[in-house]
Amino acid sequence: MAEAAESPGDPGTTSPRPLFAGLSDISISQDIPIEGEITIPVRSRSRESDSSTLNESVRNTIMRDLKAVGKKFMHVLYPRKSNTLLRDWDLWGPLILCVTLALMLQRGSVDGEKDGGPQFAEVFVIVWFGAVTITLNSKLLGGNISFFQSLCVLGYCILPLTVAMLVCRLVLLADPGPVNFMVRLFVVIVMFVWSIVASTAFLADSQPPNRKALAVYPVFLFYFVISWMILTFTPQ
Amino acid sequence: MAAVDDLQFEEFGDAATALVANTDATTISIEDPDETPKHQPGPPRGSGREEDDELLGNDDSDKTELLAGQKKSSPFWTFEYYQTFFDVDTYQVFDRIKGSLLPIPGKNFVRLYIRSNPDLYGPFWICATLVFAIAISGNLSNFLIHLGEKTYHYVPEFRKVSIAATIIYAYAWLVPLALWGFLVWRNSKVMNIVSYSFLEIVCVYGYSLFIYIPTAILWIIPQKAVRWILVMIALAISGSVLAMTFWPAVREDNRRIALATIVTIVLLHMLLSVGCLAYFFDAPEMDHLPPATATPNQTVAAAKSS
Repeated sequence: MAEAAESPGDPGTTSPRPLFAGLSDISISQDIPIEGEITIPVRSRSRESDSSTLNESVRNTIMRDLKAVGKKFMHVLYPRKSNTLLRDWDLWGPLILCVTLALMLQRGSVDGEKDGGPQFAEVFVIVWFGAVTITLNSKLLGGNISFFQSLCVLGYCILPLTVAMLVCRLVLLADPGPVNFMVRLFVVIVMFVWSIVASTAFLADSQPPNRKALAVYPVFLFYFVISWMILTFTPQ
Repeated sequence: MAAVDDLQFEEFGDAATALVANTDATTISIEDPDETPKHQPGPPRGSGREEDDELLGNDDSDKTELLAGQKKSSPFWTFEYYQTFFDVDTYQVFDRIKGSLLPIPGKNFVRLYIRSNPDLYGPFWICATLVFAIAISGNLSNFLIHLGEKTYHYVPEFRKVSIAATIIYAYAWLVPLALWGFLVWRNSKVMNIVSYSFLEIVCVYGYSLFIYIPTAILWIIPQKAVRWILVMIALAISGSVLAMTFWPAVREDNRRIALATIVTIVLLHMLLSVGCLAYFFDAPEMDHLPPATATPNQTVAAAKSS
């Protein structure tokens, strides 16, 4: 039966010749199930692992994401030419950094002064709209970096400035004076240069060579404005 | 190309020879050469010789329109359309900034530097830098002026950044819009040889604001005389860039309207700089007055009470 099915173009031959002897090897035997879905073994294995990440504990999921974010922090703090930030981009790190920075920079709501430092929303908007504007600018100039990769890099490179903000807040607990200001100025300048170097290491390669300066200048302006906000922060 | 020239010379005779001998650009149009000087007031390109304005402008207008059609062929909802406005290299941006800082009499900024490639990179980022330069310099200068006073508590005055941004960006976009509308309206009444597109006007205004960035930083110096000298210098430079750019566009018009246009342009520019100086930078002398006026009052009060 199976052999007859396997040799459809064989006119008028009812019995297998030696010529078609090998057909019996490839004939469908009865014990392989034909009905149901035919799955490729690799596919079914990955589907198993999908369901396993659904079933894993919340702690595992959070730790995996935190480890990814931490690894990227390390890449920012010691900038080398690597593709990790670009390849597996994520926006968790920038969000954590931006919220921390905005929380520390906002002026308290108890004071009655109309003109003071930025509010939480103002810092948030400056960071995110600044990053979006720089990304659009670099794409319009002809860079070959994707939108979210660029947002990721710019957000992660705020890390040195967030560290500077923490240090400044600690230094401000001491009594104010010119020495206090000099220390803060020095820390902010060092972290500002660190941010620029880190982001340029990741972003510079994505631009055509005759427009690199055009793409890097907005990054400089962005980090300069954030550094200014950190430097001029005065506790109420 | 030379072969085409030879063919055209031989077929059309003296008019074509005279036309083509005046310019290096070869035109492929088959229009009647006698009609082209009259009905094609395209944007002029090439060297800055004023007497060759008309011919250069009209001969190149064909090429300009061809190139313009090739350049902006994407529909406006695609990303590529906007990429054509950022089609500049670093050295081009530097050249344009240099041109706005050193206005040479007789050289038109648009014709010399922009050459039918207006970009939005320069205007946008120069305005952004200017916004932050004014806000930060204003804050710094106020801090330095009030430094010794006991009652002064430093505030970063962050609200002024948004005010500065509104003023600068409104100036850089609304004034060119009004000027462009005005020029188009005058063009419909009086045939002008020179006409600018909206983006070229935005470009000129954006680059002409560059001089105010170092001016704003130098305004930190708390001397009134120094500040006003800086205002005059900056106004002279950027005002002359604007005046020399727009004079050819209104020259053909009624003398009084042309002069009024140029005066209005320069006046608005001056209003911007003086307004920014007055609003963002505290006057240095007023803060030294209160102690001086306080003491005579105190002595008068002491004399009355005794």
